Amino acid sequence: MNIATLTIAEVQNGLRAKQFSAVELATEALRFGQAENGKTNAYLTFSDERALAAAARVDAKLAAGEPIGALGGVPVAVKDVIVTKGLRTTCGSKMLGKFLPPYDATAVERLEAAGGVILGKANCDEFAMGSSNENSAYGPVRNPVALDRVPGGSSGGSAAVVAQGTAVVSLGSDTGGSIRQPASFCGCVGVTPTYGRVSRYGLVAFASSLDHIGPFSRTVADSATVLQTIAGRDDRDATSALHAVPDYFATMGESVKGLRLGLPKEYFAGLAPETGDRIMAGVEVLKKLGCEVSEVSLPHTEYAIAAYYIICTAEVSANLSRFDGVRFGHRSAKSDTLADLYKNSRGEGFGAEVKRRIMLGTYVLSHGYYDAYYLKAQKVRNLLTQDFAKAFEQVDALITPVSPFPAFKIGEKVNDPIQMYLSDIYTITGSLAGIPCMSVPCGATAEGLPVGMQILTKHFAEDTMFRLAHQYEKAGGFTA
Amino acid sequence: MKLTEENVRYVAGLANLTLSESEIHQYADELSNILTYVDKLNELDTTGVEPMAQVLFAAGDPASLREGVQRTPLTNAEALGNAPLATGGYFKVPKVIER
Repeated sequence: MNIATLTIAEVQNGLRAKQFSAVELATEALRFGQAENGKTNAYLTFSDERALAAAARVDAKLAAGEPIGALGGVPVAVKDVIVTKGLRTTCGSKMLGKFLPPYDATAVERLEAAGGVILGKANCDEFAMGSSNENSAYGPVRNPVALDRVPGGSSGGSAAVVAQGTAVVSLGSDTGGSIRQPASFCGCVGVTPTYGRVSRYGLVAFASSLDHIGPFSRTVADSATVLQTIAGRDDRDATSALHAVPDYFATMGESVKGLRLGLPKEYFAGLAPETGDRIMAGVEVLKKLGCEVSEVSLPHTEYAIAAYYIICTAEVSANLSRFDGVRFGHRSAKSDTLADLYKNSRGEGFGAEVKRRIMLGTYVLSHGYYDAYYLKAQKVRNLLTQDFAKAFEQVDALITPVSPFPAFKIGEKVNDPIQMYLSDIYTITGSLAGIPCMSVPCGATAEGLPVGMQILTKHFAEDTMFRLAHQYEKAGGFTA
Repeated sequence: MKLTEENVRYVAGLANLTLSESEIHQYADELSNILTYVDKLNELDTTGVEPMAQVLFAAGDPASLREGVQRTPLTNAEALGNAPLATGGYFKVPKVIER
């Protein structure tokens, strides 16, 4: 068994053929993960006891001849903004340094019910706010492909463990690109499903109208398996969609000949030259598979970042008001009044980027400014969503870059918040529209830095997205 | 849009956030830059455009209401389990009423 390259199918075949037991696999995965973690800082917490107990349940089912579930025995990492009962969940913040959630997120419940073995919690930007994983209170994650570079963010740890091979698959969260961008920087597959496709119950709220949970993996099929497992209506999240979840594997093997793909012209200006070259090489692979490629336009793209940073920070200011030093989280030791307790606990517990966003969000919602900022941004969000709806009248999917450039050096962009925000331009638009999007590898630069290609489809068309990605992978697109 | 340090102090008060003098200075600059950038939205005429308050699906998603079924809530001990300070089954805060 080569733990660093295993797929879900290989885990399950190995278990059935008795090449290894689930407990042996979990033991080796934990050993390997802990031995390698010093290189990347991708895990914040290991959950040995929980993992071994889950693996033992899979072994008992195997021995009894019962089904072990779609993720039976599969080593999984979970981003540390997704709550796990009794297992420390920090959100990458000092604020929650000792937080032991009293319940499991729905996605975690479903993963474990399907036999998944949670090895630990993955590092991330504080409360998922960041594009480089440099905003974690527990230190940055280093990109396993190039250790002096960032893994992307905010789900940097979730991407790094899959690229490094210290988990087979992982869960991340995406609000403006936090799954797709790190997947592209680390050279793995990352999926942001349709808004509402996966329950947000137990995902610590950042921007509720934009937050998504989704998988990372080394193959398209493995992401499809994880999404199939965690997707579907959950009564505990009123925004979770009632739509039936199709069997992604029923159509993934079908040809993509004749599928109409659009290249939005606004997404190809201002790319690093090698990034543009790799994306076009990926598009050539899709053309050879028989896809029809044309240029389309999403005319409001240039307004997306401005709209996003108003809407997301407004939601941040509301959601993070729950951290007050009373019910959970950091409590300031130097406060004699309730008002000071709130202010000091928050001032001491939150890091710089979180405070910056709370401040901006509070400002744009404050008296006299609501119409000029928040309401205006909500209208522009509608225009952006209509851009996509119009494009999907002409094409079945859109193909774009994920990031304008590959992974940058740690420290290179930390001093300029606007430059960091602008790098999310190609992922933020899909987030605002709530459509499914994913990053698939499409080769690397001359320096060996991975480049990711983004596939976007209309609401709930994850089946088309997976089919395209899977056929592309089979045709050698990952090394295009 | 240019924010003064006075504006920043006011917003920090609304946000219940203690900031240091250097943070106030830094955020006055950074927030001014970001607000200047987002003014870009005013280039767009949005007359008659509905604000998108929710990601609603044209596919006709009915209201996502569930049955009102009784469920077991967290126990008192579970709810207080992460409280930095709790006594006698309650969260503890500094005195709010003067006797």
